[in-house]
Parts: sequence; structure tokens; C-alpha cells
Amino acid sequence: MTYEERLKNVSVLGAAGKMGSGILLLTAVEMADLSLLPENKDKSFVLNAIDVSPEGLSGLMKYLRDQVRKIAEKKTVWLRNMYADRDDLVENIEIIDEYIFDVLNIVRPVTTMSAAYNSTLIFEAVSENRALKVKLLTDIDTNNDNNPWYFTNTSSVPIGLIENEANLKGRVIGFHFYNPPAVQRLVELIKTDNTTEDVIEFAHLYAKKLKKIIVPSNDFAGFIGNGHFMRDALHGMKEAETLAAEKNIPLYQAIYMINKVTQDYLVRPMGIFQLIDYVGIDVVQFILGVMNPFVEDEDLHSDLLDKLMLQGVAGGQKSSGAQKDGFLKYKGAHVTSVWDVHKQTYVDIDTFKDECDDMLGELPDSVVAWKSIIRNKKKDEILAGFFNDLKASDALGAITAVKYGLRSKEIGEKLVSDEVANEVDHVNTVMLTGFFHAYGPVNNFFE
Amino acid sequence: MRRKIYMTGGYNTVSMGTGRSEFHPKKPRPGLEHYISEAGKGTLDQIGGAENVDEGVIGNFMASRFNKQANLPGFMPMIDEGLQWKPAISVEGACGSGGLALMSGIKSVLAETAEVVLSLGVEVQNTVKAIYGADILAGAGWYKNRKNGHAYFFPGQFSDRAGAYYEKYGYDRARAGMKRWFRNAVENARLDDTAQEYQNKVADLDALYDKLKPNGAAFVDNLSVLDCSKVSDGASAIAICSEKGLDRIGVDKKDAVEVIGFAQVIRNITNFPTDLTEVETIKKAAHQAMADAGVTIDQIGTIETHDCFSIAGVLATEALGLAKRGEGCDYVAAGKTARDGEMPMNTTGGLIGWGHPTGATGVHQAVTIWQQLTGKAGKAQIEMPEDRPYGMTINMGGDDVTVIAIVYKRG
Repeated sequence: MTYEERLKNVSVLGAAGKMGSGILLLTAVEMADLSLLPENKDKSFVLNAIDVSPEGLSGLMKYLRDQVRKIAEKKTVWLRNMYADRDDLVENIEIIDEYIFDVLNIVRPVTTMSAAYNSTLIFEAVSENRALKVKLLTDIDTNNDNNPWYFTNTSSVPIGLIENEANLKGRVIGFHFYNPPAVQRLVELIKTDNTTEDVIEFAHLYAKKLKKIIVPSNDFAGFIGNGHFMRDALHGMKEAETLAAEKNIPLYQAIYMINKVTQDYLVRPMGIFQLIDYVGIDVVQFILGVMNPFVEDEDLHSDLLDKLMLQGVAGGQKSSGAQKDGFLKYKGAHVTSVWDVHKQTYVDIDTFKDECDDMLGELPDSVVAWKSIIRNKKKDEILAGFFNDLKASDALGAITAVKYGLRSKEIGEKLVSDEVANEVDHVNTVMLTGFFHAYGPVNNFFE
Repeated sequence: MRRKIYMTGGYNTVSMGTGRSEFHPKKPRPGLEHYISEAGKGTLDQIGGAENVDEGVIGNFMASRFNKQANLPGFMPMIDEGLQWKPAISVEGACGSGGLALMSGIKSVLAETAEVVLSLGVEVQNTVKAIYGADILAGAGWYKNRKNGHAYFFPGQFSDRAGAYYEKYGYDRARAGMKRWFRNAVENARLDDTAQEYQNKVADLDALYDKLKPNGAAFVDNLSVLDCSKVSDGASAIAICSEKGLDRIGVDKKDAVEVIGFAQVIRNITNFPTDLTEVETIKKAAHQAMADAGVTIDQIGTIETHDCFSIAGVLATEALGLAKRGEGCDYVAAGKTARDGEMPMNTTGGLIGWGHPTGATGVHQAVTIWQQLTGKAGKAQIEMPEDRPYGMTINMGGDDVTVIAIVYKRG
């Protein structure tokens, strides 16, 4: 079966979700582009958008229309060539509108799983629930005569388990997009012991067509991305608790301080507590729960997260993309207050910020902002200068940051020694591209 | 000329669009009404008010599509109630619409049907993204050629001209001239606070130009965005008067420019240019206007030419006879069109630096010449040599199709 043939009938499960909608968009565009090639003009391409929510599917179609327009506007030169034989399409706007129709015309929004019974390729992007994934894939596979391939957007459950339990025999691969799939270029690719070579080959070609960067990860719960992030987050929470105890200050102040250290001192796009809020406290708690049974030498669990969930503080994002309150409370992009787990209320940052900043001490003059350095060609040199100044400082903030940087490196190296990642570069690439860090965790900055 | 014709009371709104710090593509912005009103009032304030005006002309290219608005003469009385019940018309000749608004005013005064005409040009183009704006602007070409044209139709046309020029005269020489044209445009715009590139702070414009190489996959084969004029919202206005008109509005001749020659030339839009490395219509119009005025190019001290693309600026120097065929690029590269050069051109930035609100551009050019010849150009003021007291404007619609050339001297 050629690449084109494999993509003639595709299904996306969970198509109305955050990840599913992005995967659907990228796949619909790829399929439509194939359909426009002269050799494919009379072939039909079908993409089933399967989701349990009719409202979600309705929203999906609107999302697709808007996003495909943006994509079309950026490749109008190419589209004019593709539609050169259509005398009725003269202006850019006519060509762009036709392309939007052609992409949407491939998509079949449905709420029934049976739509996937004729597909040759199935993207699975339902929630991170092993039993649900196994149930859906088993159902499809027993009713589908095409021996379809399964690309699962699983972020923590080992793919081999899904393969065994759904009896997929080498026809499954972990194809883990980062959020949002339409923008983020990273894909973690996880093959099982049985995944066949032609599935892997197709995955690479498909990723290349979508202009994605593939990082292979071995099939260990959490893979590289969550493998690092979850441990990094646990370290952040532990550091905050230790700091609160040692300095005899309320935990919310320590949370503020560690968040500041991880953002400003470590030159990251956001502090660790803001990142936990962004991903969702519920999601982090859930993924830790998925991963923990598979690790022997560590306890991947946080009482603090459990406590916040019981108090109804979950973070995550609203459907509009706005940040919900979690450890931190937000006004637009600004943090205004921090959750006090004891009094169960948010405490205004202005009431303790100065005191905490004094405790952290002065930032060296060489400090750089993540935003200003991320695209700087000399960033490694500049960062080395700043981190050297941090190492030379005996201020609390600097000491905490250096310790944090070393822990982050240790986590990265352990992912390699545990054979989750094949090499250090893979860990660094995931953190650089999937988490937008300015430098990889495995570095020599903090030695 | 059967009567003396003067222009005075010029006014430009800001040329709004990318480059201006106050421009936000996603936020609501002023529309046609705002720009017509501001420019119209700006001129009326200098000529004693609307009661002195006999008729109005609006030059505009595509409000019917950019703003879904036609019947623009109806906006004249919106500027000032004193224009109610007076004659007004609108004229269109693509990017030459502003020049046609001047021509219309000149002819009314010559015909003695008016002593004072308010000529105004306007375009509000940022209502659509550039990729759709390209469709609208393509209307300046023959529609039957649209299907085979580039997504960015007009950049495509002038990319072909640039490509032909590169091939005939050498890529590096040509690009050196175009680069200098770009640098002059931005440096001049920095001296005029209404210019779109007024706030441009790029330290090394040459380096920026060298870095941004033409890329056919993303845009057009032979031009980068730095070779292109701006997408702009803006309006310009000026009063066109007889001597009697000047008396009526109480403006001294020294504060006006006199129109001493003009030409308006059209090339058949259904034909391709005979030679892509020549702007034939500009050549004819400019030489006719100079003959009409009885002056030669070496008596002219400054020129506003229609540099919708840097290559058009280079080609204009050849059409005007300032440089030989194939040597316009060297002429520009040597700094001869810079503000301190042999022939200062586009001294407030032209279409690349000041901006290109298409229907307003012809009027804007007249305003700049009026400012320079009467000493009102502020920081952008150049010194006019005594033996070369004349100024000229060249406004072009389409790909060298509708051209208006006017020669001026201080009144």
C-alpha cells in the first residue's frame, strides 16, 4: 500500500478534543493536498472525525474552516498552480475558498465508532485512559477487515500494553504530538517491540510532510517529555515545601519563590507552578498515576497535588484558551496571587512579594529574559555568562536555581540510563522544541 | 496655457499601516470617512473655508471593494456643510487616480468653470489581508490576465520587469541600485512625521536589504518586500486655483506652486509592455509635460516619481533621461537621486517610504512638491538650486498604463 493509498480512508478518534482537532486539521490538509495532485484527481479521500460530542464536532468544523483559511493564505502561490486548470477560479479569494471547501469536503464528522471500520489508518486521541483506548481499538480492529494501522497520541501509557490488550500485533505506534499540534513541531515517536518497519517508515514520511521534528522515545511510561516534566515538577513542589519549612514561611510564599526561580533564574518560558497550572493539576496528577506503577526506584506522587484537587483547584485551560486558576491566580498573562492550601484562599502577591524577593537576593546584572534570548544565535554564550554569575553568588535564589538546574540535568541523564531515551540529544530536543526551553536540561552550565 | 494654474493648501494625513507604531492589524481603525474628512478639512483650513470652493474631486481606486463603498462624491459635503449642493465628482485610474484628481481640477480651472477646486485622493486598504488586497489591486491590470498572473499580482508584474532588467544588465548592478533606492526612501521618510516609515529605526538598511533576498517560493522571484511600496490607509488634499481663485482665498502666490505644464498619457491595457526594461508611458508623459512647460530635465530640481516598486524608480531615471538605458541602477546606486544628490527624488519617502494609499498617491506627490518649492517641507526640506527651480510629479496607474506628469514652479 502506498503512502497515498494508506491515507485514502483515515479516522481520528477524539477528533473534537484539543489534541484530536489539531491532528484532524493537519491530516485533513495533508489529504487534501494529496487529492489536488494531478495523479490523484479522480481518487476520493475520506477522513472520519469521530467524537462522542456533537457540540464538539460542530465546534471542530468551525475551527477547521478558520485554520484552513490561515493555512491557505500562506500557500496561495502553490494553490494557484494546483487550481491552474480551473477557469472558474481566478482570484486568490476564489481559490482559497475552494481549497477550504476541498479540505472540509474530505472530513466526515460522526459520533459513531463504526465509521472507522473502513479506514486503513486510525489516529487515536481520546483521553489518557488505558482501558478506554484498549476498548475502542479492540472494537475497531475486530470489525475492520483492512488490518488498519493505529497511531496513538498517548503521552504516558506504554504503547506495548495497548498493543497486547487490543491484540494489534505490530500495527500500532505511539505518535505523540505536543499541544497545540498545529503549532508545536515536536512529535515523540514510540514503537513497540513489534511495530513493523512499514508502519515506522510511514510515520516518518507523514511527520516529514507535516514538517514535524521526530524524536524517538522508548516505550516506558511517560516517555521522554512527561518523563522529564513530571520529575521536574515533583522537584519544584518538594523544593517549595522544603523552603517553607527551613525558612519558616507560609507555603504560598515558597511557591511564589520557586516559580520565580524556575522562570527568571533558569530562563524558562514560564515558572514550574505556572507550567503545572497550564497543563492542568488534574492532568499532572493523572499522568503521575499512570507512570508510578512502572517505576521501581522512585515514588512519582505528590500529596500536595492531591490536596489541591480535593480543594477543587485544578488549573488547565478554558475552551477559549484562557488560563484557569491553579497554584496561581491569573489576570490575563499576569499572576496576581497564590493559593494558600491551609486557608484555602488566594493571597495577593503584592502583600509578600517584596519580602520574598529580598530573601531570594539580587539577580546578577547579567540576567537575561527567556523571550529576548530564545532566538539569539549566541544564546549559549550569553546563558553561560549569566549562569556562571549565579554559581558565584551565595544568594538564596541563585543557590536554589543552580541546584534546580543540576536536578533537571540528573533527570535528563536518568532518562538515558533508564533507556527511555536513546541519547542525551533526544532529551534536549524534546525540552527545546516541545517545552520551548532555551537550553537542554543536559548541559554543563550548573556544574 | 490659457490661464495660470496654482496649487496651494496641501495636506497629508498619516499614511497608516505596518511600520506605524499605532497600527494594529486586529484592532478597529478609522475608515474612508475619517481620512476624507481630515485631509479635506486640512486643506479648507488653509484656504479660508468651504465657501471659497467651487467644486470637489475625489481620486480613489477601489473603495468599492476595499470598503464596499462607491458614490464617493457624496462624501464631499461630509467634510464641511459648505460643500453641500456644490458639484463634485470622483475619478479612477488605478494608482493614477490621485493624478487624475489633479488633472480634473486643472481642467475645470482651465475651462473657467471653477476658480477653486478641492482635489483629494484617498484609499483605505488595510481592510483586508495582503493576499486578498492583491486581488483587488490586480484590477489595475487587465482582468483577462489575472488567471495566469501571480498570487501577488502586481509584485509579480514588476518582478518580471526586474527579472528582465537583471538578465539584460546584470543582477548585482541592478540590485545595488534598488538597494540604494530603498535606503533613500526610508531615510527620507524618517524626516516626515506623516510617513509610514517615519518611525523606522533600522540602523543598517543596506544590511537588512542584503539579508532579505527575493524568494519565489514565499513571495515573487525577483523582488523582496523591501522592494515594494506599502499597504496604506491615507488621504491627501490640495486646492487648485486660478489667479482669481488665489485672490479669493487670500493666499499669496509665493505660498503656492504654479502648474506650468502637464501631460496625461494612456497605454492600451490589453497589451503587454513592448519592453519590460522600459517604462514607455512614463517616458512619453514626462517628456510631453516638460515640452508643455518649455523646460528641460536639467532645469528641474526635484521629482516625485511613482516608485510602487524599487525597480520602477530605477526605470524612471532612465525614462526621464537622467541615465542611459541600463545605467539607471548605477545612477541611483551612486546616490544621485538621494536628497543631497544631483536630482533629489521622492524627498518624503515616496511610495516605499512615505506610503502608498493608492488613490491618494498622485495628490500626495503634488503636496510634497508644493512643500519643497514653497519652503514648507520642515525637516524634509531640500535646498532648491536657483538654476533648477522646477519640480515634477509622475503618477502611474497599473503597469505603465495611466500616467500623469505635471511640472511646477514656485508661484
